[in-house]
Amino acid sequence: MPSTIKLWDFSGGIHPAENKQVSTRRPIQTAGIPGQLVLPLQQHIGEPAEPVVAVGDVVLKGQKIADVSHGMGVPVHAPTSGVIESIGDYPVPHPSGMTDQCIVLKPDGKDEWCERFPISDYRTLERNQVLGVIHSAGVAGMGGAGFPTDIKLKPPRDRKVDTLILNGAECEPYITADDMTMRERADKVVAGLKIMAWILRPERCVIGIEDNKPEAIAALREAIQGTQIEIAVIPTKYPSGGEKQLIQVLTGMEVPSGGIPADIGVMCQNVGTAVAVSDAVFEGSPLISRVVTVSGEAAESPGNFEVLLGTPIAYLLEQAGLQQDRVSRLVLGGPMMGYTLNTTAVPVIKTSNCIIAATASELPAPPPEQACIRCGQCAEVCPMELLPQQLFWHSKAAEFEKAEHLNLFDCIECGACSYVCPSSIPLVQYYRYAKGEIRVQRAEQLKADRARERFEARQQRLEREQQEKELRRKERAKAAAEAQALKKAEAEQSAASGEAVDERAAKSALVEQALARKKASAEASNAKAAPPSEAEQEAPDLDALEKQFSQAQSKLETMQAMLEDAKAQQADNVDKLERAVAKNHDRVKRAEEALADARKTLAAQTEPQSIK
Amino acid sequence: MWTGILIAVLVLLGLALAFGALLGFASERFRVEGNPLVEQIDAMLPQTQCGQCGFPGCRPYAESIAEGGAINKCPPGGESTIKALADLLDVDPQPLDAEHGVEQARRVAVIREDECIGCTKCIQACPVDAILGAAKHMHTVIESECTGCDLCVEPCPVDCIDMITIEPDIRGWTWSQPRIITTDKQEANS
Repeated sequence: MPSTIKLWDFSGGIHPAENKQVSTRRPIQTAGIPGQLVLPLQQHIGEPAEPVVAVGDVVLKGQKIADVSHGMGVPVHAPTSGVIESIGDYPVPHPSGMTDQCIVLKPDGKDEWCERFPISDYRTLERNQVLGVIHSAGVAGMGGAGFPTDIKLKPPRDRKVDTLILNGAECEPYITADDMTMRERADKVVAGLKIMAWILRPERCVIGIEDNKPEAIAALREAIQGTQIEIAVIPTKYPSGGEKQLIQVLTGMEVPSGGIPADIGVMCQNVGTAVAVSDAVFEGSPLISRVVTVSGEAAESPGNFEVLLGTPIAYLLEQAGLQQDRVSRLVLGGPMMGYTLNTTAVPVIKTSNCIIAATASELPAPPPEQACIRCGQCAEVCPMELLPQQLFWHSKAAEFEKAEHLNLFDCIECGACSYVCPSSIPLVQYYRYAKGEIRVQRAEQLKADRARERFEARQQRLEREQQEKELRRKERAKAAAEAQALKKAEAEQSAASGEAVDERAAKSALVEQALARKKASAEASNAKAAPPSEAEQEAPDLDALEKQFSQAQSKLETMQAMLEDAKAQQADNVDKLERAVAKNHDRVKRAEEALADARKTLAAQTEPQSIK
Repeated sequence: MWTGILIAVLVLLGLALAFGALLGFASERFRVEGNPLVEQIDAMLPQTQCGQCGFPGCRPYAESIAEGGAINKCPPGGESTIKALADLLDVDPQPLDAEHGVEQARRVAVIREDECIGCTKCIQACPVDAILGAAKHMHTVIESECTGCDLCVEPCPVDCIDMITIEPDIRGWTWSQPRIITTDKQEANS
C-alpha cells in the first residue's frame, strides 16, 4: 500500500553506510540481571534527582529510589529488587568522562516487583492525573535528549499542538533499537501514542518511518488498524530523524530559530518513549529498562537487548560476545553523533540507545586535520542551511560573537559537515567548543550582572544607613543643646531666688562629705594610735557635727528639689515629700544647734589653753 | 547682481540660524546623562568588586579607563577582559600588570563553620552581601553569589575563611577546542 501522505524535503543530508542489518537478525533479547547496577541520579535534562533511600536499604523492583523535589526532572527507580550498596560518585556516560552521583544497587536475584497500579482505562481519569502517572514512572525522552516527557506533554496554553509526530525514522547508522521495538512491540507503540494523543488532542497524528524499515512499517500498519493514526514512509536520508528535519519532511514547516516545535503547533515523541508511556499507564511499571543496540564488528553476536537501566556496559558487551582483542574503539550512540567511551564501567541510562564495538578498520581513527580548501561541500550537506565554513573560521579564531551571529546555535551537531569534509576537519567539535564557550561567557555575564546589582544595592544601603545615622546624630545633638539651655535657664532662676539648688553644688557637697569621711576615719585611726589629748578628743566631735550638719543640709536641698519637681508634675507623693522635708528641717536645726553648742564649749576650752 | 549675492548670503544665514537652533534644541532635548562609555566598560569588567585594581569597585575603575587610564589592572578579568577593552577602546592590548595580581582560576570563599566566632567582620567586608550571619552566630557564604574577591579573608580574626578554587564538574563541563591542524604542528615543530 503506497503512502498517500504529502511529503516535503529538507535541504542537505547525506547517505552514510547504514550497517543496520547486523543487529536486526535476531529478536530483542533480555540481557538479564548483572551483579551490580549503577544508577545515575541525572539521566534526564534538568535538576538531578535526590536519593530517597539510604545505603543498606532493601528495595523492590520498580521502587522509587530517587526523586526530584524542586525544578524539572523525573524520579529514578530500582530496576530489580536488591540492596542499596552505596551512594556516591561513579563514572557516567558523558562525553567528559567525568563522574557523577549514582546509586549502586546489588540485585538479590529474586526480581521481586513492588506493588503496581495499572490503569486499564485512562480515559476515565483527568489528563493531569495521567501526566502525573507518566512523571512518577520516570519517563524521559528516550531518543537521546532525555527531556522529561510529562513536561513536554504539557505545552504552554497558547501553544496548541495540532500535529503529533512519532519519530521512528532512526536515521543514524548502526542503531536499530527503535526499528526492533516497532517490529516487536507495535501494539505498545500505538497504545503509547494513543495516550499521548489523548492528552494533547492534536488534529493529526503521524508516525514517521524511513523506508529502509519495511518490517516495522508492516507491523505498525497492522497495529493502527481502526485508528486515525497515519504512517508516513519517508525516504532514507541522514539526518531525517532529527526533530526539526522530520517536522519539515512531514509538515513542510520549519521550527523557528531558537524556538521549539510547539511554536508551530507540532510535537515529536520517540518510539521508545511511547512504549515507556504505555507501560507506565497500562502496567503501572516505571521506566527501568530500555532497548539498546549492541553492534560493531568486534561483537560476535550483535543485536538488540532489553537492558535494565544501570547495567554496566561491560556486562552488556559480554552478552553480545565482545572480542576484546579486536575492539579498537567503543562508541556510545551512533557513529555520527555519539562519543567514544574510555571505560566500560559506565552504565546504560534512559538515553543510551546504541553501543558500537568497532574494530580498527571499521571506525578508523580520524585522519589528521588539514587546512580548509573552501570546497563548500559542508554547506551543501548542512540540513539546517547554515554556513559551516564561516562558523568554522569564527569558532577557530574565538570570534564567538560572529559565529553566534551566523546562527551557530541552530546547529544540530548532526556531523554531516564533518562526514563530507575532504580535509577531515572535525567541524562539529569546533561548533561544540564554540557553543560551550559562549554558554560559559553568558553564565559569567549573568553572574557579573548579578554581582553588580548586589554591589550597587549594598552601596545604596550603606549610604542610606550613613544618612540615617547622621540624622540621628543631629537630632541627639539638638536635644542635648535644648536640655542644656533649659538647665541654664533653671540655674539662673534658682540663683535669682537665692537657693542654689544646683546639681553641681549637691555633687560637690557629696564629694566634700566623702573627703570629710575619709579625713575622719584617718583621724580616728590616728587617735587610736596615739592616746588622744582633751583638745584632740573634742576636735573630731566638732568635725563630725559639722559633717552631720552639711549632710543634713544637702539632703534637705535635694529633698526640696524633689518636692518642687513633684509639685510641678502634680505627683501623688507630694504629701510624703512635704512631711519628709519638714522632718529634715528639724534635723538640720538640731544639727545646727549641736554644732553651735560644740563650738561654744570648744571656745571655752581653748581660751584657758591659750592663756596657759 | 548685488541683490543676488545679498539674497544668497541671507538665505545661507537663515539656514545656518535655523539648523543651529535645531542642533541646540536636539543637544538639550536628547542629552545623555553620564558617560555611556563608562557603562560599556563596566559591563565588560568581571564585577568581582575586589579592588585589586586600586579602585573601590569595578565602576570607579571603569571611570578611570574611560578617562584614559590603563586597561591592564584587572586580574580577575584577565587577558580576555583586556582584549575586549582594547577592542572597545581601539588601543593596543597590554599584558596584565603583575603589580595588581595574577589571573587565577575562579574561586569561592568557604567559611569553616565550626571555627567561626560570629564576629560579623567578614559580612561588613563582603562587597556583594554574599555572607549570611549575625553577631555571635555562625556565618556562611552564599556560594552562588560569591565573586571570589578575597576581601573577607583578611578581616577574619580567627582565619576560618578558605578560598577554594572551583573544580570543573560534569555540569559545567564544555567541549575543548580540537587540536591544531597538522600543517600548523609541523610548522611549530620545525
